[in-house]
Amino acid sequence: MTEVVRHPDQADSSVPSRLQWERYAVRRGDRWRDIWIGRLIKTIAVSTIAAIVLIFLFIGREAAPVLTSAEVHQEVTVAKMVVPLASRPGQPNAFIWQPVSDTPKYSLLPLLLGTLKATLIAILFAAPFAVGAAIYSSEFAPPRIREVIKPVIEMLAGIPSVVMGFFALMVLASVLKDSFGWKFRLNATNAGIALGVAIIPVIYTVAEGALRAVPRHLREAAQALGATPWETARRVILPAAAPGIFAGVALGLGRAVGETMIVLLASGNAAIWSADLTDSIRTMSATIAAELAEVVNGSAHYHVLFFIGALLFLITFLVNSLGELYIGRLRRRLTGVAG
Amino acid sequence: MTHVSTDSAIISDLSPTDAGGVSLAAPILSGRKSRLLRKLSLLPILTGILTLCVVLMLVIILWNIVAGGIGGLTWEFLTANPTEGMTKGGIFPAIFGTVFLVILMTIFAIPVGVATAIFLRYYAKPDSRMARLVRVAVNNLAGVPSIVFGLFGLGFFVQFVGRGIDKAFYGGGLAFGQPAIIWASLTLAVLTLPVVIVTTEEAMRAIPRDYIEASYALGATRWQTIWRVVIPNSLSGILTGGILAVSRGAGEVAPIMFTGAAYYLPYLPAKLNDQFMELGYHVYVLSTQSPDVEKTLPLLYSTVLVLLLLTFALNALAVLIRMRLRMRYAG
Amino acid sequence: MKRIIAAILGTALVGVLAFAGKPITIKGSDTMVILGQRWAEDYMKTHPGTTIQVTRGGSGTGIAAPINGSADIAEASRPMKDKEKQEVKAKRGADVVEIPTALDGIAIYVNEKNPITKITTAQLKSIYQADTKKWTALGGPNAEIVLYSRENNSGTYTYFKEHILKEEDFSVECQTLPGTAAIINAVAKDPNGIGYGGIGYSKGVRVLSVAASDSSGYVEPTEASVASGQYPLARYLYWYCAGAPTGDTKQLVNWVLGDAGQRVVADVGYYPLPKKTGMPEQKAK
Repeated sequence: MTEVVRHPDQADSSVPSRLQWERYAVRRGDRWRDIWIGRLIKTIAVSTIAAIVLIFLFIGREAAPVLTSAEVHQEVTVAKMVVPLASRPGQPNAFIWQPVSDTPKYSLLPLLLGTLKATLIAILFAAPFAVGAAIYSSEFAPPRIREVIKPVIEMLAGIPSVVMGFFALMVLASVLKDSFGWKFRLNATNAGIALGVAIIPVIYTVAEGALRAVPRHLREAAQALGATPWETARRVILPAAAPGIFAGVALGLGRAVGETMIVLLASGNAAIWSADLTDSIRTMSATIAAELAEVVNGSAHYHVLFFIGALLFLITFLVNSLGELYIGRLRRRLTGVAG
Repeated sequence: MTHVSTDSAIISDLSPTDAGGVSLAAPILSGRKSRLLRKLSLLPILTGILTLCVVLMLVIILWNIVAGGIGGLTWEFLTANPTEGMTKGGIFPAIFGTVFLVILMTIFAIPVGVATAIFLRYYAKPDSRMARLVRVAVNNLAGVPSIVFGLFGLGFFVQFVGRGIDKAFYGGGLAFGQPAIIWASLTLAVLTLPVVIVTTEEAMRAIPRDYIEASYALGATRWQTIWRVVIPNSLSGILTGGILAVSRGAGEVAPIMFTGAAYYLPYLPAKLNDQFMELGYHVYVLSTQSPDVEKTLPLLYSTVLVLLLLTFALNALAVLIRMRLRMRYAG
Repeated sequence: MKRIIAAILGTALVGVLAFAGKPITIKGSDTMVILGQRWAEDYMKTHPGTTIQVTRGGSGTGIAAPINGSADIAEASRPMKDKEKQEVKAKRGADVVEIPTALDGIAIYVNEKNPITKITTAQLKSIYQADTKKWTALGGPNAEIVLYSRENNSGTYTYFKEHILKEEDFSVECQTLPGTAAIINAVAKDPNGIGYGGIGYSKGVRVLSVAASDSSGYVEPTEASVASGQYPLARYLYWYCAGAPTGDTKQLVNWVLGDAGQRVVADVGYYPLPKKTGMPEQKAK
């Protein structure tokens, strides 16, 4: 054992000091341990990549029969998920979600529409409050108040979604019904508002971070030119931080699309194909939550639910990527790398 | 709060506020606004009102739950089993199940999360392909909907790993190939991993460089430096990450509904392949499946309150630790 | 710190190793889970050596559970289909044993403010298929009917679909809620709502009398009318085992069918079996 022990990570050593390890007198045992632990840490870090790949693979594996299995195709095909289906005699064809039936019907469109409605309302509700609060706390609030606002909004984020769903089911739905007299007590707007409250902290945090990241000299320059806080905010800060605010909204959107317990409890879960925002809705996530525990493993219904999960995964992936894109843009804008 | 920390980390790299070379031209300001308008400018008022509304939302929700739940919050409620078809008694098994679940979860999530943070900070070159891939994976993991984690837990842990164990060690009998606390906690561990990674990395970023250089100068190896300098100095950050993960995990229902949570169990979970009762799931069950809605409503409110107090207490703890951490390096 | 970690790991390890006595697992119908839980509670009080684990899920799970091999007893609020019995036989290699354990009436609920007190099955069908859209058709107020239904995996859903809708589909406007309690809660808060579910739940809402046809009389769901079959929406609640129950499970089944078990049935709000039923008929269709 006279060979020189070389550090395996020497090539990509990124330790801040950038020291050459080998020059130091280190006991060989320590050095070996260092190498093995380095490998272990690397392996573990790689496992996070593995996690996302496994999620993709295993959802895909259970969803694939919807595309490939002849047995599943006897009940459902992708084509049948998007065309109007015959219901009962004398009724026009329609988009119907009736997985437990003599002829099971798996129209995805009402579920997509339901998810869209809830998400839309959530964003329309949350964005003004979240962005407003972000502007206020980053631009106008006295430091002492700012110190209060942040934890308060973080507390809002700390409310578990099942609690938010419970609140929407018991309290918010009654308040809305009593004030507006909608036909459905549990509906898209009810669920959407509860979702909106849940995503305010997401949008707020990202937007506030972006606003605060706007370089101080921009602010000072505007003020030196005699701009009021309003002018500074509107003409300088907001345009500079805009991509960050969009990113916040996109991440909030991603969260709203996939949120489950709130919509399961508060939306009524009727898969209605309509444009009315006060109709009951059935979202993709709630459908999985309500039906998966009960289906027979390996049945067409089971695979369809995984298929919906795969779609959900894909949609949130795209929306979150959009958020990342904006953050990249913000970073470039603020650091001027590729301005 | 937990996801907030992940989100905020996305932009925390931006924090050196005076990065130069900004290409923005500040528009020339018009001086035509009346003096009054300047003084009373609308935006602070408008945004102030919006902020107040957000605070009010929180207050309304909390007030409602506290008012409904405080009456039933007795020592007996916290320590007794549910009885008479859940219309009476307490929620002890749900509290116990939640605690057991999150402890198991942290056993998986913290080592992996901390190791990944160490890798990102001290092993990988910041712009290497590997580091970027890991970062992309972590960011994406943070964005995966919780219900998809539930599907993953069922498809991977229960059906694939669990069945595999059963086939290998139990002759195909049923031991691990069914929903169980181990699978639920593993699912939650994957879900909360980003929180741990982001918080830990943030703490490691705050460690002064001198410490690390001093360690190397004394001839310590990389691992010795990490073990003796980095980890002790980021311990409170790791703790914060763990607490935030626990607070997130304790509130999640969707990932555990197919992977291990049970409606009612007469005994406490003792083995890794037992099912368990859990607070969030108990709230869901009581609000949809209780046998007597009127009788269970007070119990339901109290359960919600307990869940809320638990997550808030954990979050507050995390905030406190963080403040201490900040003060240590700032002071 | 290290000591704490060691302690936690130690506990977990002990946990893995401690494979103690196997509990009896009961899985299934949401309607029956209350009953199952009360049975379990009472049985364990008098039989300290046995543990019983009751988990929820619609009857879909209850019936799927023995198919998947994850429960000793499956509870269901609908009879198992022949196809499902064959699947169990193929997977578990034993005939399914069907044990009726209690009687239940499916109650039709409306809000307490609703003046309607009775309904025919034909009217129900028309309402749940959204052919009848207003309460005026039944002599009620001029308001739209809001439909509440159970999730499609529940036995109650299947029963209703079979006996009221004659296997046709529900209207898409039906709000499907994840539990009977959720339906009760919704109907109690919605003056125009109508819902259905097990009779054991019906508190805080009005229960309608039901007539099988226009000519037959309206019958209120009571123990007598359900047991005699006069009430048109009556059903058995079943336990299923793969193969004849043995050991602890057999004792439990006997206890449930005996006086003590049937007293629990009445306590929970369902109806005891007529006296003669006794031990399970060990027939496999």
